[in-house]
Amino acid sequence: MRIDASDLHYRDLNRRIREAAAAGTKSFDLLNVNGQRYIGDGIAGAEVEIDIHGVPGNDLGAFMDGPTIRVHGNAQDAVANTMNAGRIIVDGHAGDVLGYGMRGGELLVRGKVGYRVGIHMKAYRGRRPVIVAGGTAGDFLGEYMAGGLLIVLGLETTNGEPLIGDWCATGMHGGAIYLRGEVDPRQVASNFADLRAADAEDLQDIRESVEAFCEAFSLDAGRILGDGFMRVGPISHRPYGAKYAA
Amino acid sequence: MSSTPTDTKGKDRARAAARARAQRAPVYRRSADFRWTHDPEQCARCKRCVQQCGFKALSWEDGPVVDPEKCVGCHRCEMFCPQQAIAVVPQVQHYRPHPLWTQAHRQNLYLQAETGGVLLAGMGNDLPYPVLWDNLLLDACQVTNPSIDPLREPMELRTYLGRRPDAVEVTLGGDGPELATEMGPTLELETPIIFAAMSYGSISLNAQKAIAMAAEECGTLWNTGEGGLHEDLKPYAHRAFVQCASGRFGVHADYLNAGAAIEIKIGQGAKPGIGGHLPGEKVSAEVSETRMIPVGSDALSPAPQHDIYSIEDLRQLIYALKEASNYEKPVSVKIAAVHNVAAIASGIVRAGADMVYLDGFRGGTGAAPTIIRDHLGIPIEIAIAVVDQQLREEGIRNQASIIAAGGIRSSADAAKAIALGADAIAIGTGALLALGCTLCQKCYTGRCSWGITTQDPALTRRLDPYVGSRRVGNLLRGWSAELEEILGAMGVNAIESLRGSRERLRGVGLDKTTLDILGVKPAGVGA
Ligand code: SF4
Ligand code: SF4
Repeated sequence: MRIDASDLHYRDLNRRIREAAAAGTKSFDLLNVNGQRYIGDGIAGAEVEIDIHGVPGNDLGAFMDGPTIRVHGNAQDAVANTMNAGRIIVDGHAGDVLGYGMRGGELLVRGKVGYRVGIHMKAYRGRRPVIVAGGTAGDFLGEYMAGGLLIVLGLETTNGEPLIGDWCATGMHGGAIYLRGEVDPRQVASNFADLRAADAEDLQDIRESVEAFCEAFSLDAGRILGDGFMRVGPISHRPYGAKYAA
Repeated sequence: MSSTPTDTKGKDRARAAARARAQRAPVYRRSADFRWTHDPEQCARCKRCVQQCGFKALSWEDGPVVDPEKCVGCHRCEMFCPQQAIAVVPQVQHYRPHPLWTQAHRQNLYLQAETGGVLLAGMGNDLPYPVLWDNLLLDACQVTNPSIDPLREPMELRTYLGRRPDAVEVTLGGDGPELATEMGPTLELETPIIFAAMSYGSISLNAQKAIAMAAEECGTLWNTGEGGLHEDLKPYAHRAFVQCASGRFGVHADYLNAGAAIEIKIGQGAKPGIGGHLPGEKVSAEVSETRMIPVGSDALSPAPQHDIYSIEDLRQLIYALKEASNYEKPVSVKIAAVHNVAAIASGIVRAGADMVYLDGFRGGTGAAPTIIRDHLGIPIEIAIAVVDQQLREEGIRNQASIIAAGGIRSSADAAKAIALGADAIAIGTGALLALGCTLCQKCYTGRCSWGITTQDPALTRRLDPYVGSRRVGNLLRGWSAELEEILGAMGVNAIESLRGSRERLRGVGLDKTTLDILGVKPAGVGA
């Protein structure tokens, strides 16, 4: 189903998608998208595919449960907010607060990502949410992270550009963050998380996700995985365990 | 009566335990808040008290023996003793009294000197701040305006929550007038009393079930809190607020669509500005399933929500939830009553919320830092008045309902809250009292003797959800009948006529500024 989104309010655009998806439409081509929010919000079904041409607005794929979204361009803030399952691929850059409380599925961003990415991501049962950023990430990466996988590849960064911002892993109590390249230890919250070089076993842990990323953007996974990764992991699953007087 | 065990063996053990404690902490000895007394003459040696103590303060040494440090004064043993052989009495002040350095201040200080930790408390603020409900009186009819007998005439407590349109348009067709205005989703309640948010995890499943069943039976609403929706409670979800907070526990599209309404929790009256934290030891297999997180990991709901730093961000989440639920569910935003509550509430309404839930500083909690619980926030009485006033002045009062909570103890408090401007009131502590809670304030230990704020199966099975729902339902029925009596005495036959009618309130013993803020005249001033 093709929808020309020019001059469509998000409410009308999303209603059309919701109704068509409920009626069994599996494939959507959205043209001239220009900042409409909440595309794919709460939509279920692993077979549903949404192709977005243009720039979707905030909360793309919020509460989504299964579909695949491909953005042929940049995306804005709060992509994959509390997403349960599914796949979002962004060909360009994406904004702040991506994957907040994300519980499952994959978010692959070819370019850079903004501040507060992967806050409170959590794994549950068979679900393990994954965010891969091809470029760099801003401050507060993986804050309060409770589960899942955050990978920052730092591809095509200019010399001296930091891979991540400050306050990475503040409040972290689960999951793992992998950073390809050098990281200033002062950028990682040492009271919550450990920073160390990734070993062979760790690389095995991220192989599948990096391969998926490379396949999505036609890159060479072997070359990327060959470089040195740093790993950030939680010190404790009970960060506030000792805070209180008994 | 004697507080010591009868036999020498028991005595010896108690002394040895005391010695060991003294050695552990040579300077500080935690003194007990309560004195557990037992009359061996009366005792039938049935051991029931030992079995009943949730806090494991009692053991059996040829007779019940108490560990005074562990007794929290919950009175479970006393109530279950068939012989009335037990009396739990407050421990008398044993330091020299001092008006500034009260016993509570000294005890807390000693504990912190020992541990260096943050003090925790359960339930609501227990400091003697003024209770404004007790300075407000309701009006009644005499001679010139007849009162109404609720036994004789129908009384209307039915309450609708949600957004009302600015104006209604009606078209006249062949079949008579028809509503042309598109109405948003509203909630229909049989009584203006709903239940406050209490998550599975903070309370037991049986406690939540009792409340959910009572809500369904009485035609009102319960609230999941931020703990997800347990499988067993799905049949009652259509009468529930499903909550979405910073931890997003158990929040997914089906959950959002299962409830009657969605609530975004920003804050809680018992701990304004503070997030929630369910310790890992309470995240059992079942709690983990409902919250959709791994077993044993801390469940942190940080404050603030790190995707909401502004009213615009709040609007974004409100509409994300409306989109996810196809605009079929009204959305409530819950905040703690704080100094700037009126402006914040106005922003919330402008952000698109259909209800604003105000939680006063006396609201309860499963666990909060004592210092926060006891010193932050403002009274709900004030918050209702200033929010109602602000929304009226801005001409947006119709856009959202006001739900008020935090220390509502009786139907009189409820009636006064409604007269001040609330559309409905919510009760949390009141509902738990109906389930047996004695306000021991030790909810954060997870050892509740009544099976309410615990996940220990040995304790939770004490709470029969059917018996519990009858008791909670009785409370609602009693309060509702009393509200009808109050309405009748005031000469009105619908709760709608009392709503926001501050003319029907008078203040006693309140200063002028407080009266002005409440928008209430002093007693003695006529219409
Ligand atoms: S419950 Fe009462 S009668 Fe039974 S052992 Fe305890 S004190 Fe004695
Ligand atoms: S719920 Fe239980 S632990 Fe909490 S105050 Fe009431 S009786 Fe005490």
